[in-house]
Amino acid sequence: MTMPAFSARSTLRRLFQRWGAHPEGRKHPAADTEITPLPLPAQLILPLAQHIGAPARPLVQAGQQVLRGELIAEAQGAISAPLHAPTSGRILGIAEVPVPHASGLSGPAILLEPDGLDEALPPEIADPFMLEPADIARRVASAGIVGMGGATFPSAVKLALGQKTRIPTLILNGGECEPYLSCDDRLMRERAPEVVDGARIILRAIGGERAMIGVEDNKPEAIAALREAAADLADVEVVTVPSRYPMGSEKQLISWLTGREIPAEGRPADIGVMVQNVGTAAAIHRAIRFGEPLTRRIVTVSGGAIRTPRNLEVRIGTPLSALVEFCGGTTGTVARWVMGGPMMGLAIRSLDIPVIKGSGGLLALVESELAALPEPGPCIRCASCVGACPIGLMPLDMAALIRNGDLKASVDIGLKDCISCGTCSFVCPSQIPLVQYFNHAKGELAAQDRNRMKQDAIKQLVEARESRMEREAREKAEAAARRKAERERAKAAAAQAAAAKSAPATNTEETTA
Amino acid sequence: MNPISSPHAHGARSVGRVMLLVMLALTPATLAGFWHFGWPAVMLWCVTILTALFAEAFCARMAERSASAMIADGSAMLTGWLLALSLPPWAPWWIAAAGAAFAVVVGKHAFGGLGQNLFNPAMAARVMLLISFPVEMTQWVAPQATDLPPLAALGVTFGGNITDAMTSASLLGHVKAEASRGIALSQSLTGFWDPQAFGFGQRAGSLGETSALLLVGGGIFLAALRIITLRIPTAFMLGVALPAILANFLAPDSYLPPLAHLLTGGVMLGAFFIATDYVTSPSTPLGQWIFGLGCGALTWIIRTWGAYPEGIAFAVLLMNSAVPLIDRATRPRIFGRRRDGHSLTAP
Ligand code: SF4
Ligand code: SF4
Repeated sequence: MTMPAFSARSTLRRLFQRWGAHPEGRKHPAADTEITPLPLPAQLILPLAQHIGAPARPLVQAGQQVLRGELIAEAQGAISAPLHAPTSGRILGIAEVPVPHASGLSGPAILLEPDGLDEALPPEIADPFMLEPADIARRVASAGIVGMGGATFPSAVKLALGQKTRIPTLILNGGECEPYLSCDDRLMRERAPEVVDGARIILRAIGGERAMIGVEDNKPEAIAALREAAADLADVEVVTVPSRYPMGSEKQLISWLTGREIPAEGRPADIGVMVQNVGTAAAIHRAIRFGEPLTRRIVTVSGGAIRTPRNLEVRIGTPLSALVEFCGGTTGTVARWVMGGPMMGLAIRSLDIPVIKGSGGLLALVESELAALPEPGPCIRCASCVGACPIGLMPLDMAALIRNGDLKASVDIGLKDCISCGTCSFVCPSQIPLVQYFNHAKGELAAQDRNRMKQDAIKQLVEARESRMEREAREKAEAAARRKAERERAKAAAAQAAAAKSAPATNTEETTA
Repeated sequence: MNPISSPHAHGARSVGRVMLLVMLALTPATLAGFWHFGWPAVMLWCVTILTALFAEAFCARMAERSASAMIADGSAMLTGWLLALSLPPWAPWWIAAAGAAFAVVVGKHAFGGLGQNLFNPAMAARVMLLISFPVEMTQWVAPQATDLPPLAALGVTFGGNITDAMTSASLLGHVKAEASRGIALSQSLTGFWDPQAFGFGQRAGSLGETSALLLVGGGIFLAALRIITLRIPTAFMLGVALPAILANFLAPDSYLPPLAHLLTGGVMLGAFFIATDYVTSPSTPLGQWIFGLGCGALTWIIRTWGAYPEGIAFAVLLMNSAVPLIDRATRPRIFGRRRDGHSLTAP
């Protein structure tokens, strides 16, 4: 079955879909610069948790020599990803370091001192079209590939879905709707064949029938390059989507390209679709064709305060300060450092944080780019947020309920459906931190859930203990009763035996008679 | 909460900017009003706005907030402006002052300030004035009276020197009065109803309501900038026009033609600038349609059968009170869910 991508219904939907915002792109001049490899830094910092799921378990010890591509930490559990040495060198140890995470907390990381030789392990090369689909997924898993668009969900777990469910359609996400970022744009322009080949490998892994690469119409060069790379392929199609935030969100992109909605309580696979980022596809291509684990990525370094904004190809684990330095440092006052894009990125306070698998951008923003009011104003019920929300929520009402502490009511009107895209906050003329309310409330709910689960677990433990004690007591009593009965039986038997001894003949006769 | 949360960028729109653009859109119709009704209209406009600003500053002071910051958002000025446009242009100054003070203090701040009020402040003030001062609030002048020198104009606005010879009747008032004397529409309309004059505002009426075309132009300007959507205005006009067409078709001698309804009594002002007030209108798309239709239909009903010749203010206030209900009942469908909130199922 192929998807009716341009049915009358989806055309109508396009006309009436008015969600989203149009933030200024600000992709230039970084988008005009070729991807440049960043020299090896003096030290690499490799956090064990660079993905969604369980952190990896380290396999190396301080002082150990490793080669590029060598496994240094293994996946732990069903949803996890391993970690490889991005270059050759000496392991310095494992330490707590600040990591790029919303909590601003620190986490364990392997520290690696490059030896400058950049010696690699002999790679394992394969022809994906000779491999079994399950084998591809396995190789992707052992290459440590995760969603490179920022979601960092282990890719192999997604691929494995293809073995369980029928997924005819693969969508490669080349939307890159976040302002400033152009790492995917440059990748598609300069390495379109890698992206297209990655798409075909994924198709094979999931048993899919066709791939659509969705690219926003503000990247004409990327579209042209991909079209050229896919010219002779019947199963790969490059589709232009309008530039609108958050077009790169999985739900929006799927709905735009196929006219279908992911059920609120379902997954893309439920409607026969899988979405992978273009960067992930390129990484899969390298992992399968060249046996290269994921140890580097492209990062856009930009923002009004960066002297020469550009796109760098960086080893995972490189401290952010090395990127900034390579771009000529900063000019003027940096009002805010952001890791990722301005719409959903993370404000960071230190440049000692390393680049991880999901980091697509590092921004040094000046005051005027933030365009922030000194403080939020009152809600004037302008409904801008309602019109902009891609999910059809009522951000103003949800925020008002959360402010009143009524989390339950805000869940009733859709809090859990919010994808935290921040479009509502972006358009709000009073700059009410709407998405901040939602993230806070979701965190609160998650904590409540955890608590409830913990309490349930405790309750279960207590109950189990009580019933065990009851059972033990009962068994003890039963055993005692049994023993007593046995004793009595024995006594009775003994008495009987004694009696029989005194009159054996008669007794025997009686019994045998 | 994390003090620095995404997004790290914001749209260019701010409350002050929105209000400023609305005032800009009102400017042509306001200037036309000045042109038609002369200096008293200018003075009335000034008094209304100054009083509104003063009242806002007073309330800010009471709430121990910065008066200049509060005034800078432009909302009080806009409230005053809208009220001025809905007053008889030669009304005495104290009508303007009392109305503006009421709009800001009672209409807005008594509810908790910007964004909290249930009723449109300008319309609440207009209704209060109409009920309390029916004579002053229905004293219209013909637009020809522009040759009044500024000094005499001072006498009109601040001295109440308005004579019967100067006054005229508005179309709706005239029709209502004639109808109560048993005169058929076809007769009472002769010489009174000229759609062309009404489009450009050469007729008796409130200060800013008379130039229907300039008001529509301003409204479309706002819609083009996406400050408002055309849902409420369109629905409002439909709400007035549909019953008017039907009734006029069935009994042309008793019911006004639809165009007479649309071009008079501030329907355009109401549809584009008053019913679209963010705070007091629904925030869902469907709700906005319902609200507009309701405002329009109620306007027609009140005009046709009510005691007052004009109905916009009452209609808007009535619909304002239904906004929370409308909003709750018309929440948009959530992505991936059916209207009833259940998740879509896999095909
Ligand atoms: S955008 Fe802001 S001011 Fe407008 S309705 Fe939403 S929360 Fe209120
Ligand atoms: S953050 Fe949530 S509520 Fe706001 S626009 Fe995005 S999905 Fe809608």
